[in-house]
Amino acid sequence: MSAKASVEKGSNTRKPLKLKTEGTLVLIMLVLVVFLSFATKGFMTGNNLSNLVRQTSINGIVALGMTFVIIAGGIDLSVGSVVGFAGIMVALLLKGGMGIAPAVLLTLVASTIFGVINGFMIYDGRIPPFIATLGSMTIIRGAIMLISGARMVAGLPKSFLDIAQGTVIGLPALFFVWLVLILVAWFITNHTPFGRNTYTLGSNIEVARLSGINIRVNTYAIFGFGALMAGIAGILMTSRLANGIPTGGQGYEMDAIASCVIGGASLSGAEGTIFGTVLGAIIMATLRNGGNLLGIDPFILQIVNGVIIVAAVFLDQYRKAHQK
Amino acid sequence: MNDYIVEMKNISKAFPGVRALSDVNLNVKKGEVHALVGENGAGKSTLIKILTGAYQKDGGTIVFDGKPVDIKSPHYSKKIGIQAVYQDITLAAHLSVGENFFLGNLPMRTPLTVDWKKVHSTASELLASLDLRIDSRTLLKDLPVAKQEMVAIAKAMYEKSKLMIFDEPTALLANEECEELYKIIGKLKSDGIGIIYISHRMEEIFRICDTVTILKDGRYVSTLPIGETDENKLISLMVGRKIEEMYSIEHHPMPEVVLSAKKLSSKGIFEGIDFDLHRGEILGMFGLVGSGRTDIVSAIFGATEITGGEIEVFGKKERIRKPRDAIRLGIGLLPENRRTQGLALPLSVKINTNLAIYKTISKFGLINHKAEKSNADRYVREMATKTPSIETAVRTLSGGNQQKVVIGKWLACKSKIMIFDEPTVGVDVGSKSEIYKLLEKLTKNGNSIIFISSYLPEVIGVSDRIIVISEGRQMGIVDRDKATEERILKLASGIADCSDEAIREVV
Repeated sequence: MSAKASVEKGSNTRKPLKLKTEGTLVLIMLVLVVFLSFATKGFMTGNNLSNLVRQTSINGIVALGMTFVIIAGGIDLSVGSVVGFAGIMVALLLKGGMGIAPAVLLTLVASTIFGVINGFMIYDGRIPPFIATLGSMTIIRGAIMLISGARMVAGLPKSFLDIAQGTVIGLPALFFVWLVLILVAWFITNHTPFGRNTYTLGSNIEVARLSGINIRVNTYAIFGFGALMAGIAGILMTSRLANGIPTGGQGYEMDAIASCVIGGASLSGAEGTIFGTVLGAIIMATLRNGGNLLGIDPFILQIVNGVIIVAAVFLDQYRKAHQK
Repeated sequence: MNDYIVEMKNISKAFPGVRALSDVNLNVKKGEVHALVGENGAGKSTLIKILTGAYQKDGGTIVFDGKPVDIKSPHYSKKIGIQAVYQDITLAAHLSVGENFFLGNLPMRTPLTVDWKKVHSTASELLASLDLRIDSRTLLKDLPVAKQEMVAIAKAMYEKSKLMIFDEPTALLANEECEELYKIIGKLKSDGIGIIYISHRMEEIFRICDTVTILKDGRYVSTLPIGETDENKLISLMVGRKIEEMYSIEHHPMPEVVLSAKKLSSKGIFEGIDFDLHRGEILGMFGLVGSGRTDIVSAIFGATEITGGEIEVFGKKERIRKPRDAIRLGIGLLPENRRTQGLALPLSVKINTNLAIYKTISKFGLINHKAEKSNADRYVREMATKTPSIETAVRTLSGGNQQKVVIGKWLACKSKIMIFDEPTVGVDVGSKSEIYKLLEKLTKNGNSIIFISSYLPEVIGVSDRIIVISEGRQMGIVDRDKATEERILKLASGIADCSDEAIREVV
């Protein structure tokens, strides 16, 4: 109630709205956590929580990159394939005897290049993002199968596996990787010209052009950043699963898009925040985890997930419409 | 006893924090063209939105065609016979003209197939009845904007309107297209349809309207027969200022040439554009819509390709290939359509002000938030932009205030040469005079301005010299003291008069 009053007092539209979207999300998350810790035995155990955090982190990193793409008014369906590609590539390089640092670095460069190629198709080739990335999603998945022979890559060095399986002050190390990337992404959106340009592009490309913003470079950078995040997620995934898995990352793009829109991002661009996406990602992962613990049929769980995505966006739109 | 089509009494409406309307009256007779005037923010749009069902009134009564009504929804409003024609056409661009008439209600030959013959024959009849030579099979998007607007009007007529609302219908039309519109309005009038006409163009209000209702700050001022008022009186009722004071600005042209176009051309669009812009000068550019004037300035700004001739900026030959080049050279452009080209509508005043300078206010890739904020604050203050805060989304501001934000963007950019493309279209009288004052201030500070407008008294009133364009060609440049409406209109219609020595630099 008091939250509502504060919204109506200010005629300034942006801030209260943001707080409200995110406030609601925090509330939903808390309700979920409280419910699950009473309703199930397994939820509040250290083992389950660290598992949950590990999985959330990987999906959450992909979602960070997707947030930029969506704010810019685009979409990137290829990030799931990039996750898979990075996972296999790093595994193959390590197995071939390369050191961890150069293997990781090379993989990240390759991932970023995929994103830049997407940007090239979209800006220079004028292909709509949906189509361009649908194409690259398929192409990259095919490339994965080709280089891995569609087989798992096992026998990775222990020091590599420790990245994802290790803990720092009792929390999974993956969580800290995510946390650092969240801060980086938040910083970029709020404190750099690139962040502002991302919003401007999503708002109106023509205005951006007439304001002297370099659309080409920004488009490359936005999709490049999205793919870089996917690359990081892919490497961490392989470390966590101890194997390079050719089908890894499948469907991650949908999960990332869902996290963004649950977090308040608009697919028509110029709207969305890093904080919102983070909350969206946590909610998605908690639901999945909780559903498993409650013994809900995974297929039903999938249906529920879909319903939640639609409902979240519907509620957000409804609330915005009634605020004006 | 009742010859009113609509009677709105004591209408009030409040939004959170603002009282948009209080006790406003509007009575429109059948077969009357009723002008609704007032500055932006006076409450015209709100009043209209209550009629069309987009907003619900908080208080007051509406009697429509003799019966009290409660307009709950846009659907209901249409059902009882209220139609609005907006400056932004709200039809399906990719469908044919005929189909657009029947949108959502296509006549069927069988339960599953459309009766195309009937669609096009009915549509053709309707178009013919309005003297419109448009093929009903043409796709709407292939028609010029003016024709699209006529189609929208024809559609509204087909839907048997009793009251039609025109919201700035001539904002995007050239003079001869306006004539066509006036003819159609005359016809609607003789059919007994009531018409509410919103416009900022005084000359047309006096030409086609019968009665005028004036609003100011959400309040009802008065309703007058048009014959009992004149332009001066009307404007002073709207803003409390006289008209001739509006254009009286100081001029500061200096000899130094800042921008020089030499035989500039763009294949198939314009050619032979040749002029100098001086420091502190306001160079008016006049031409009918479609004359190529927007393309010319767009080319100088690097947004339209130049295929011949050259441009000198501050005495140096420059190649301007993209807007970024122009901005670097200190050129700023206020585009004709500020909503689609000038502003990032969902973003804040602050971001829009800094849009073109994020690079300059950043160090090591980090935005200097202090500079960002102080820029926004400064130009909101200098421009007297009315906004709740610099964090407000520009979408929510009125037309005049949005325009000020665009100007602020280029001021923040330290542009020395500013191109204003129709800056006063859709802007109320009060903001117009503020824009003229601003031109004065800019030129006083040594900025130079190219000023495009379709409204002759305005171009003549504020410019130092006027360059006239017709069909992509430069017809001549006329000095301020020799500029008469007749002389300029003649040139703009393509009649070059070489014997007239007031006209210089005829190409």
